[in-house]
Amino acid sequence: MSRRKFATHTGIAVPMLQPNIDTDAIMPSREMKRVTRTGLGDGLFAGWRYLDRGTVTERENPEFILNQTDYQGASIILAGANMGCGSSREFAVWALADYGIRAIIAPSFGAIFRTNCIRNGVLPIGLDEKLVSRLADQVKTDPQRNSISIDLVKKQLAGPDGEQYSFDLDPADQQMLLEGLDLIDVTMQSIADIESYETLHRSRRSWMQLS
Amino acid sequence: MKRTLFDKIWDDHVVTKFDDGTCLLYIDRVFLHERTGSLALVGLQSQGRKVKNPKQVFCTMDHIVDTFAGRGDETTMPGGSEFIRVTRERANAEAVTLFDLHDSRQGISHVVAAEQGIALPGTTLICPDSHTCTLGGIGVLATGVGSSECEHALVTQTLRVAKPGQMRVTFTGTLAPGTTAKDMILHLIARHSAAGGRGLAIEFAGPAIADLEVEARMTLCNMAVEFSAYTGIMAPDEKTVEYVSGRSYAPQANELQLAVEYWSKLKSDAGAGFDDELTIDCSEIGPTVTWGTSPQDAIPIDGIIPDPETAADPDVRRSVRRALRYMDLNPGAGLQGTPIQAAFIGSCTNSRLSDLRTAADILRDRKVKSGVRAICVPGSTQVKLEAEKEGLDRIFRDAGFEWRESGCSMCFYAGGEGFAQGERVITSTNRNFEGRQGPGVRSHLASPATVAASAVMGCIYDFRRLER
Repeated sequence: MSRRKFATHTGIAVPMLQPNIDTDAIMPSREMKRVTRTGLGDGLFAGWRYLDRGTVTERENPEFILNQTDYQGASIILAGANMGCGSSREFAVWALADYGIRAIIAPSFGAIFRTNCIRNGVLPIGLDEKLVSRLADQVKTDPQRNSISIDLVKKQLAGPDGEQYSFDLDPADQQMLLEGLDLIDVTMQSIADIESYETLHRSRRSWMQLS
Repeated sequence: MKRTLFDKIWDDHVVTKFDDGTCLLYIDRVFLHERTGSLALVGLQSQGRKVKNPKQVFCTMDHIVDTFAGRGDETTMPGGSEFIRVTRERANAEAVTLFDLHDSRQGISHVVAAEQGIALPGTTLICPDSHTCTLGGIGVLATGVGSSECEHALVTQTLRVAKPGQMRVTFTGTLAPGTTAKDMILHLIARHSAAGGRGLAIEFAGPAIADLEVEARMTLCNMAVEFSAYTGIMAPDEKTVEYVSGRSYAPQANELQLAVEYWSKLKSDAGAGFDDELTIDCSEIGPTVTWGTSPQDAIPIDGIIPDPETAADPDVRRSVRRALRYMDLNPGAGLQGTPIQAAFIGSCTNSRLSDLRTAADILRDRKVKSGVRAICVPGSTQVKLEAEKEGLDRIFRDAGFEWRESGCSMCFYAGGEGFAQGERVITSTNRNFEGRQGPGVRSHLASPATVAASAVMGCIYDFRRLER
C-alpha cells in the first residue's frame, strides 16, 4: 500500500507556540470512538476547539486560533518545543492529517509523535526556537501573507516574507515522505535477512525464546 | 570498544544496517492493548497481512474496560465495546496470547508484561503505548510506538530505526525515608524540563537506583517518556534476577542459568561514552507534587507555586499563566492545604503491590476525609488478588476507598467514567495535562503515599506530618 507523498507544499501557517502541546490535547481520548483511522479530523483539538462539545449547544470556540478567519484552511502548524509529547496515540496524527495539516514546524517533537507523522505523510520540521518565533510573528502581523512554502527535496522553507530557511531531516525520513513508501513493503524485501538473524538469535540466546 | 548497557542490547538485536543510517532492529516481544493494538491488528487484516510470530505477541484489555465489579464487554466509554470485541476477535484470529477481561492474568499492559515474565532483561519489547518504557526498570529495551510501527513489528518482527543518542542520569546519595521513585522522576523532570530527555535513550544509574526495589525502578522508568526520552533503562542486578525468576514466561532451570550469565554482562562499561550526563543528588528530593499542566510543573510538597512573571521567555510566561488559570492556583502560594475533591491510586506508574502497601500503611486506622472521593485501582488482577490475600483491600475499603478491578481506569478520560469539571484530584498517575482526567479536571501528580495522606486530610498534604 502506498502512502501520501510529500514533495512541496504551500499553505496557511497557524501559530500555536505554547510548549508541550500533548497528544491528549491534539486528540482527546474521548474523541476516539471507533476502531478506525479515518474521519478523525472532527475531534482534532476538540477540548480547545469547541464549547459545550457533545451537547445541543455545541459550537466553535471563537477564541481558539484554528477557528479564526485568518487561519481557515491552515495546513501548517507553528508549534512550541516538545510538540506532540505524551501518549503514543497515532489518532493524533490521523486527526491532523484528516483536518488537512501537512507539516508542523517546531523546535522539538515528542519522539513517538514525530515517527507517527513521518508514517502518515505529515512533515515534522525541526527549526530553532527563535526562527519558529520569527515565522509566527510574521504570520500574525499580516493575515494577508500568512503562508509558508516548503520544499522537501531541497529541505528548505520560505517564510511569509520570502526568506529561506534550511532544515534537517534524516535521509530515511525524507525518502519515506517523498516517495510515500509503505515501510512494511520495504522491510519485506529484507525478510531473508530477518529469518537468518532469527535463527542465529534463537541459537545464541535460547533463553529468550518463547515456546 | 567500551559500550553502554543500551549499546549491548541494541547491538545484539541489529538484523541489518542500511546506508541511510537506519537499521532493522529485532523485536523479541510485542505487547498489545485494546485501545491501539486493535488498530494495528485491524490494519494488518485490511492489508491481508499476518502476524509473523504469534508466540512473541501478547495482548490484554486495560484502557477501555471498566473497573467496576461485574464488568463486561459493555463499557461506560462511548464506542468502547467495539475496541474490546475487535481486539478479542483479531487477537484470536492471529493466535496471539490474549489476557482477556476475565483472565486472572489481565491487567495494565506494562504491569502484566513484567509480572508474567514476558519482559526480560536484555530483550527488546514494543507496545503501541508511550509508557512501555516502564519495562526499562528490569533492563528491557522497551519503547512505545504508534499503531503503524506496531504493525510493522507484528509483520516483520523488526522496527526500522536510527539508533538514538544516549544520556546517563546518575542518582547519587540516599533517599529520605518515604521519598520514592515517583518523587525522583518528578524532581528530574522539574529540574530539566519535560523536553529535557531530547529523544535520547536514558540509562538511570547510581547508588540510589541500585537501592530501589524492582517495582520502584519501573515507576521511575515509566515516566521517562514524560521527560521526552526515547526510553529509560536500568542495568539488571541481583534484585532483577530474583524478581524475574519463576515468572510464567521466564526461562527456567538451565535456560535461566544461561540468561543470568548474559544478564550479568548487561551494564555500561567503565568509560563508555554518553552524549550527555546529568547528576541528581537524592538528598535534595522530598515528596514532590505537580502544580500545573505538565509533569515539569513539579515542586516539593512544602514548596511555593512559581510566579510566571519571573520567567524570561514570553512563551513560557504565557504557558505558566495559562496553567495557573486552568489549575485555579495563585503564584507564590504553597500547595499544601489546597482542598481536593478526589484521590486516585492506580495506573502503570504506581499500582503495583508495593505501591498499595505503602498507601495502606498510611490508610490503616484512618478515614478518607468526608466529601473526598477516593479510588484504588490495582495494576493487574494478580496485584489485586495478592493485595486481597494480605488484607490490603480491607484497609482501603475501611478507610473509605473504592476498591476496583484492574485497568487504566481514570488515569485518562475517554468519555465514560470520570471526575467532574473543576474537580481537583491528587493522583498517582503520570500525566497532569489539561483535560487528561476529564474536561476541566485539575490533576496533581504525586506518589501513592502523598495521595493517601491527602485523601485522609482532604487537601494536598505531606504524609511526614501525619501523626502516628
